[in-house]
Amino acid sequence: MNIFVLMKRTFDTEEKIVIQNGKVSEEGAEFIINPYDEYAIEEAIQVRDQHGGEVTVVTIGNEDAEKELRTALAMGADKAVLINIEDDVENRDQYTTAKVLAEYLKDKEADLILAGNVAIDGGSGQVGPRVAELLGIPYVTTITKLEIDGTNVKAVRDVEGDEEVIETSLPLLVTAQQGLNEPRYPSLPGIMKAKKKPLEELELDDLDLEEDDVEAKTKTIEIFLPPKKEAGKILQGDIADQVKELVSLLHTEAKVI
Amino acid sequence: MEKALQIAQGGSFLIEDVSPTQVFTPEDFTDEQKMIAKTTEEFVVNEVLPQLEHLENHEFDRSVALLKQAGELGLLGADVPEEYGGLSLDKISSALIAEKMARAGGFSISHGAHVGIGSLPIVLFGTEEQKQKYLPALATGEKIAAYALTEPGSGSDALGAKTTAKLNAEGTHYILNGEKQWITNAGFADVFVVYAKVDGEHFSAFIVERDFPGVSTGAEEKKMGIKSSSTRTLILQDALVPKENLLGEIGKGHIIAFNILNIGRYKLGVGAVGGAKRALEVTIQYANQRQQFKTPISKFTLTQEKLATMASKLYAAESSVYRTVGLFEARMGQLTDEQAKDGKETAKAIAEYAIECSLNKVFATEMLDYIVDEGVQIHGGYGFMQEYEIERMYRDSRINRIFEGTNEINRLLVPGMYLRKAMKGELPLLQKAQQLQEELMMLMPEEVGDGVLEQEKYLVRHAKKIALMVAGLAAQKFGPKLEKEQEVLVNIADIVSNVYAMESALLRTEKAIAQSGVEKNKQKVLYTQIFCQEAFNEIEAHAKETIVAVEHGDMLRMMLSALRKLTRHTPINIIAKKREAAQALIEAERYVV
Repeated sequence: MNIFVLMKRTFDTEEKIVIQNGKVSEEGAEFIINPYDEYAIEEAIQVRDQHGGEVTVVTIGNEDAEKELRTALAMGADKAVLINIEDDVENRDQYTTAKVLAEYLKDKEADLILAGNVAIDGGSGQVGPRVAELLGIPYVTTITKLEIDGTNVKAVRDVEGDEEVIETSLPLLVTAQQGLNEPRYPSLPGIMKAKKKPLEELELDDLDLEEDDVEAKTKTIEIFLPPKKEAGKILQGDIADQVKELVSLLHTEAKVI
Repeated sequence: MEKALQIAQGGSFLIEDVSPTQVFTPEDFTDEQKMIAKTTEEFVVNEVLPQLEHLENHEFDRSVALLKQAGELGLLGADVPEEYGGLSLDKISSALIAEKMARAGGFSISHGAHVGIGSLPIVLFGTEEQKQKYLPALATGEKIAAYALTEPGSGSDALGAKTTAKLNAEGTHYILNGEKQWITNAGFADVFVVYAKVDGEHFSAFIVERDFPGVSTGAEEKKMGIKSSSTRTLILQDALVPKENLLGEIGKGHIIAFNILNIGRYKLGVGAVGGAKRALEVTIQYANQRQQFKTPISKFTLTQEKLATMASKLYAAESSVYRTVGLFEARMGQLTDEQAKDGKETAKAIAEYAIECSLNKVFATEMLDYIVDEGVQIHGGYGFMQEYEIERMYRDSRINRIFEGTNEINRLLVPGMYLRKAMKGELPLLQKAQQLQEELMMLMPEEVGDGVLEQEKYLVRHAKKIALMVAGLAAQKFGPKLEKEQEVLVNIADIVSNVYAMESALLRTEKAIAQSGVEKNKQKVLYTQIFCQEAFNEIEAHAKETIVAVEHGDMLRMMLSALRKLTRHTPINIIAKKREAAQALIEAERYVV
């Protein structure tokens, strides 16, 4: 089976976000594989071990992302591809990412493409479905279970805590939700082997794309941090008075009504 | 150019100028080494810590299962060659595993005893047959190893062992009799490396399996700390050990024992660094969260003073141990393929740095003890309660100053090793001491530059001279009787230890600045300034105490005046520096550089 995983390098979940010159500062920050993409990688490895084939992990980023690709290889993926568009494309959004990935994937005859359900930084959850649309294949998002039998697929989706069972067929794109599996950590032999596995680097040119083809469709107007959390207020007195006060505070202080 | 490629000789830092490019620092870890560290950390956090309470209650089935799990991840095979089922990793990776494992408390002792002192004697000194027979199972954790040297009557005096070995009449087996005490992993180990005297005379090592007739273990010891490791007596009653299980040569057991001690010592140093990082982390978190007088206690400058002192010592220890491991690695890198396969060559590469191994052991374990002690103090009464991790760390830490050679023994060893190197002509110590004497006669006050770390470079340079002066004076005065002057020896060792730690911190910071500039390395600069100033003050005190004990009359006045010249400097404002250094720690809630 020809399996691809779409991976994103994100801030470590424990990083504090600092905004500098209207941008999120990456200075000194630790980076990780987007945790939902880790589920995708783990699932891909398990599917391969069960059905045979090959797992290729693809990411868009600069050479710093090689570290996360090597981690994926150390977990057990077979190949890695880094599509470096940093020098070519200035304004990027989910459209850009999806377009580039789809262009890369279109002649790969992928049977199964896995991605995280959402990236913990941007949090749009769009790239997976967009790629599937561009490739013209079905997709199932936020899956917590995946069963493959020949080309028939049964997937369980997490829908706000409930479950939805979907039957479909390969080729297919799925996005992984927490609970799909327990991602392994790279074993030391895995880390040693990862050194020798192929890691290909591509640029926009290699995909026959121009900057205009992938220019962002959205514009970021402003980036700001959420307001600092103030200490809570406990209202006192009669219930009736409390309600009155609450309503007035919602009007005057919180300004939500 | 030639010179830059030369690898420093053991102990030579005391008399030579070392450049930052010559030292290995934690900033030089490769991505791969970081990945190995991360896997180890995740294993500890996700697999070991949830079970730690059970382990502390001596449920050792869990220890065995966890060790097997560690084996599957490759965490037992770092130092085992690939052809025997291991990974043949570099020593830096192996050290990182030990550092990250430390957070697991007593379990890290089980792990360390297995991969270190348990397995390494076979890796380094085993015959081809012994390696093939034992190493693959040790690398996977299918079998667990232990190391049995100490006896009720011989601790520091390891060679005074009473356990005997006698070849049987048929000439097929050695018959071992005796008791080995405080054997880590004894509750479940399958393989023991045991020292015994053949015919009551020739100190030798043997590989003893638990299932051999006549081998048994005593009751589990009730210990102050590291309770999640098993510690028992190994009892040998006419134990039958096949002749081919003799490890190394008859009468050469001490070579194995001393080499293994070197490794055990630096590994303890690395482990102490790992433990200290965690202790500092929980302490800062607590200090941020605990409020008194409506203020988080981390806002009080006295708490900040403590945190900054802890972190500076930790920085010095971390810089020292990885510098040392880097030296092993550099030396091993020079071995030919054939030599690299020969364990004895590896042991030799490490033994070259026996002085550094002892210094690291002493400095890092005392740094850890200092940090857990202050950690408890910052926790106040809560630190005395078992619900808080720092309470266990405080108890776990204490043994480090005792095992693998007490810190007293390790201190006493340092001047002795230097003397031997001088006698053998390996280090030109005497020449340097003489040179210094002449130099002292006409020593002119030196202007300290005002660039970053200029003062610290000056302090390190002068600390080396003080060390040489004091050691030279003692050697001259006492000659061979110096051996009996233990207080003087220990003072010398402490001076040398501080020199190594100061210089390691300084070189690391200089190297980092060369790579990424001062701005990105402010915290490192602060640690270096704080540590160097405080270490230098200690050096001055030790030197003074020693000179006064050794000299009198005019000579004493002359030496003290020389010391005054060597220690002349304007101290930095430590209080301000510590307040500054504490800010980054409080902000990050962990040890940051």
